[in-house]
Amino acid sequence: MTATREPILTVRGLEKHFPIKGGGLIKRVVGAVRAVDGLDLDLYPGEVLGLVGESGCGKSTTGRAILNLQPATGGSVKFEGRELVGLDRRAMRPLRRDIQIVFQDPYASLNPRLPVFDIVAEPLIIHGLTKDEAELRERVRTLVETVGLNPEHTNRYPAEFSGGQRQRIGIARALALEPKVLVLDEPVSALDVSIQAGVINLLEDLKERLGLSYLFIAHDLSVVRHISDRVAVMYLGKIIEVAPRDELFDRPTHPYTQALLSAIPLPDPRMERSRQRIIITGDVPSPANPPSGCRFRTRCQKFAGELSDTQREKCITVEPPLESRGPAHQSACHYAAATKVL
Amino acid sequence: MTITKNTDPSAPLLSVEDLNVRFPTEDGLVHAVRGVDYTLRSGEVLGIVGESGSGKSVTSLAVMGLLPASARVSGSVKYRGQELLGQGDRAMSRVRGKGVSMIFQDPMTSLDPVYRVGYQIEETLRVHDSKLSSKAAQARAADLLGMVGIPNAAERVRSYPHEFSGGMRQRVVIAIAMANQPDVIIADEPTTALDVTVQAQILEVLQTALSETGAAMVLITHDLGVVAGIADRVLVMYAGRPVEIGGVEDIYYQPRMPYTLGLLGSLPRLDSSTKQRLTPIKGSPPSVVNMPPGCPFAPRCPLHVAECDVAEPDLVEVGGGHTAACIRIDEVRKAGGEAAAVFDEAADDRLLGSEQPADLAAAAGTADAGAPGDPVGERTDPTPQAGTGSLLDATTTPSTTTDGDRR
Repeated sequence: MTATREPILTVRGLEKHFPIKGGGLIKRVVGAVRAVDGLDLDLYPGEVLGLVGESGCGKSTTGRAILNLQPATGGSVKFEGRELVGLDRRAMRPLRRDIQIVFQDPYASLNPRLPVFDIVAEPLIIHGLTKDEAELRERVRTLVETVGLNPEHTNRYPAEFSGGQRQRIGIARALALEPKVLVLDEPVSALDVSIQAGVINLLEDLKERLGLSYLFIAHDLSVVRHISDRVAVMYLGKIIEVAPRDELFDRPTHPYTQALLSAIPLPDPRMERSRQRIIITGDVPSPANPPSGCRFRTRCQKFAGELSDTQREKCITVEPPLESRGPAHQSACHYAAATKVL
Repeated sequence: MTITKNTDPSAPLLSVEDLNVRFPTEDGLVHAVRGVDYTLRSGEVLGIVGESGSGKSVTSLAVMGLLPASARVSGSVKYRGQELLGQGDRAMSRVRGKGVSMIFQDPMTSLDPVYRVGYQIEETLRVHDSKLSSKAAQARAADLLGMVGIPNAAERVRSYPHEFSGGMRQRVVIAIAMANQPDVIIADEPTTALDVTVQAQILEVLQTALSETGAAMVLITHDLGVVAGIADRVLVMYAGRPVEIGGVEDIYYQPRMPYTLGLLGSLPRLDSSTKQRLTPIKGSPPSVVNMPPGCPFAPRCPLHVAECDVAEPDLVEVGGGHTAACIRIDEVRKAGGEAAAVFDEAADDRLLGSEQPADLAAAAGTADAGAPGDPVGERTDPTPQAGTGSLLDATTTPSTTTDGDRR
């Protein structure tokens, strides 16, 4: 359904390298943390694209680089055909009406010294979108209602709200400018499960009602499966597999996706105890010095267990490109094969 | 060795009775744990689940005698029939690590950054065996590191914690916990700080540790998936009290306390392709300062009746070894484990204070009036499919209307 339309957001070869400076008086650049290292993404209108990966894989940096909060060091981000990489703050400002972000930590992302009204009203004031005070009040009231909070309480401070309520305030602020794209950076990870479910339902409702597109960044694959239309899996700064939701969960082709899905415990004792689990070894390597060839090979169960030495040679020397594995399904593995792991 | 000599071999490994923990604070007495009872049999894994602030960590710290001096602890904690509460630090030190050992959540802070990991393991060994030679201790430390899956263990004992990744550090912490073959390991969110692929490794190591030492385990976690895979029995905590205890399958397939049912219903499922709506629990957990009488879950409970506010329900038997603290168990049974049958799908978070339906109606009216002339409201999405339009339609949402109905 999405494939025929033009993407609203196109990311090509996105790079975000953080310089590593040496010690001593002259802070010479001695290397770079390649947090995002050549990343391609398309986000279609009305779509939820899940971006998943383990900590340190660069998923949050990707979100911030798309929004120009941390300027990309290379590549291109196009929103409705307009290039965002390289824009300064001034040039970026009008575009901020269309792309907004919700942060992970509802305690750190709201100014504790501002009442909720001011927090939600701030974007409207900055962008000069309301004619008078009465209209501003009405807009804030509606926004606060939209996210399921009591508009009577907008004179309270963030500290008076629970984590779930604060996250709703953050969502109301992001919605204030009626954006087309929301980047949701782990929006429910800091919340308890019973609260998390309410925020997920809210995000689903808002998407339907307001015709939003989400880039949903998360490490919790259960949440991602629930909310996404398509899912992209990241490892060490690159997308290693992208596919429509059920395709990815039912027929993962990249060994990392398979290991990731197999590692997640299911809240169902009989199923959980009868599962075959793929356990990969070690931790994610440092993005300052990624392995040659395929970045996953140092932990890959296929590399370690199934491949012959001649086959391994290719993993070590040639970086696998994203190749088609079916309709809208791509993965970056020389020896990709669909396996059912759930 | 006073403590271990007086133990009663027929007594349960660990029994906790009517454990209460109160912390004096400026806002009043915080009653963090309000009457926890459980027994742990040998070789058993007891999962304790609950949301943040439910008192699960404080319970385990009380068992270990690790709470700050200001905490007021009452009740009884018996290890092999021997009372632990009120024991001095010296006596407790003989139990800690040897009888009952603990694994903490954050491996970054539970290791000492200035000592080599080998030394930290040897220290645990020597505390409980003063005759152990340093050579033997070193060898045993390397053995233990190897057992928890650290490659090149004989060399890695000389590493400092900062040279290890999070998963490796947690392996070291597990090695320390199992060093003296304890009877009980209390693991407080042992995998919460770790990535899923590493979590799977650590859970496997924990199971190895259990089979190597024959220890029983209390596993504290908020992750219902982890508990499903490893626990034999499950204790669900809410607002400082157990609200349901039972075998793992009873709890997951036949929950009897509405909170347990709600918790399971609010989980998105990795293994389900149907886009079923989640059933959140409205509101948030209560503050444990000056709790009102009645069931602490009542304000969030869809089955709430006036009687719930009279007194806090006791745990009642609902099946073999399965108890739940609820007076409306029969209604929960009828739901057959389907949270959606009981919980309102559109529950939202506007429980702060109370509001009248009239208030909501007024809000809806004014918002509609404001829509057409609004310059921002006209800025709708160009794509026709997505053009459901402006935020100002918002007050006609299902969540708003059902919220009014609920009251």
